[in-house]
Amino acid sequence: MDLIRITDVQKTYKTGTVALYDVDLTISKGEFVFIIGASGSGKSTLIKMLYREEKPDKGSIMIGGINVAKLKDRKVYILRRKLGVVFQDFKLLPRLTVYENVAFAMEVFGYDKKKIHKRVMEVLELVGLKGKVRQYPDQLSGGEQQRVVIARAIVNNPKLLICDEPTGNLDPDTSMGIMKVLDDINKMGTTIVMTTHNRDIVNTMKKRVVVLNEGKIVQDYERGKYYEVL
Amino acid sequence: MKFFRSIKRYFRDAAKSVIRNFSLSLASISCITITLIVVAFSIVLSYNVEKMTEHVSSNISIVVFLDGESTEDDLKQIKASIERLDNVDSITFKSKQEYAEETKEMDERFSLIVDSWTEDTIPLLDSYEVKVKDIDLIGDTADKIKKMDKIFSVNYGEEYIESVITIFGVIEKVCIGGVIALVLVTAFLIANTIKLAIFSRKTEIEIMRLVGASNMSIKIPFIIEGSFIGFLGTIIPIIIMSYGYNSLYNYLGGQLFSSSLGRLVEPYPFILWSSLLLLLIGLLVGMFGSYRAVKKYLKI
Repeated sequence: MDLIRITDVQKTYKTGTVALYDVDLTISKGEFVFIIGASGSGKSTLIKMLYREEKPDKGSIMIGGINVAKLKDRKVYILRRKLGVVFQDFKLLPRLTVYENVAFAMEVFGYDKKKIHKRVMEVLELVGLKGKVRQYPDQLSGGEQQRVVIARAIVNNPKLLICDEPTGNLDPDTSMGIMKVLDDINKMGTTIVMTTHNRDIVNTMKKRVVVLNEGKIVQDYERGKYYEVL
Repeated sequence: MKFFRSIKRYFRDAAKSVIRNFSLSLASISCITITLIVVAFSIVLSYNVEKMTEHVSSNISIVVFLDGESTEDDLKQIKASIERLDNVDSITFKSKQEYAEETKEMDERFSLIVDSWTEDTIPLLDSYEVKVKDIDLIGDTADKIKKMDKIFSVNYGEEYIESVITIFGVIEKVCIGGVIALVLVTAFLIANTIKLAIFSRKTEIEIMRLVGASNMSIKIPFIIEGSFIGFLGTIIPIIIMSYGYNSLYNYLGGQLFSSSLGRLVEPYPFILWSSLLLLLIGLLVGMFGSYRAVKKYLKI
């Protein structure tokens, strides 16, 4: 069953740069998809459209029954509650502890304290940070910070996890650790869409690979390898 | 239940934010404090001037001296014509005998002279004391009375009164204008300070949006935080105003000048209302400032 259906999407920035052109893409529930491409190929724009940070000029993006392309600013939260986002630069709140950073995502839903505590501890265990709940982000390594971000992204059981170069700032060993966590999450049924530049990760994971070049999808492999031409 | 939990969380988050962003909160609080001290000063000044003007106005009247040959009928007719004028509030008759009695009371030496006067030789005149509704039009009303028949003279302290009224009017207008201008300036100043404070929390707002917080649930804690800051900013101005005005009132004995004209407004309940007004300004300005600032970051 399709979770994401992108049809005929086009995006041109105000500067005149064409970021995406005639993009059609369907992603099913439970898939793990890498989106790869050179810098400026449009992969960031595409992924930003999935969580409605950007709007397409043309075409439609359906995610779990919501037409993201037509979603009004003040309704964006409805979409965001259905998905989790992980960034290269973490975006953690420095003044909150690990626990608070993760709990924050549940508090906006108005859950009671007990439920929040139970679930936060659950996801922190899943990402291997149960022992660091009281620490602040700057006391953690890059890999640990990214695990906190992943915990925050999945704490509300999203159907879709969007990862924008989550290993971009991490060393190879730490990156593989993060990929292990993401793979576990995927195995639990969460659909993952991830952009990356990391050849080793793509080659090791053997997942579906969508290759973008100059705003167009040029390849779509089922169990792909990093596109050699790039 | 969920609603109350959210409200509780909003207040808790707002209180936490004020503490966590202490330096910027302090900047906003100081900004509100300083401007509200000036606002408090203007409120005290303008309200006192207003009361003084009211006091002066209520004590000003036109004294119409009647021609010595006026008969009872003339008096009635004159009274009726004066009462017909738009600006006339009330009219009181004062006979020459009353004036004579008053003169006697002024000094013992006068009583000898006054006693020597008879009904026919009394050199004083009967009068009407006319109070007006609008003090600004007193000159106009006096002129109209002057043109009537059987009037000897019309007196209302002309230039002196007019200049006092004008000066007080100007002071009052300047003060009220000042208060309004100050409140507006404060609102924008605070909006900018809070904007600066919130700018440093752009990421926080961004993350709140990312994890699916609705715009309303992002705005509310910031607005509550703004009102906290506004509230904290009003404490010092209220203390300064209450203590300062009370001390000033006691020190001066409630009088600014020796005459009754400079009577100061009683501290209670004036201070209470002014404090509430300051509190309201502080809260509203804090909320408005926060609202404006956070709204900007909610657009994508």
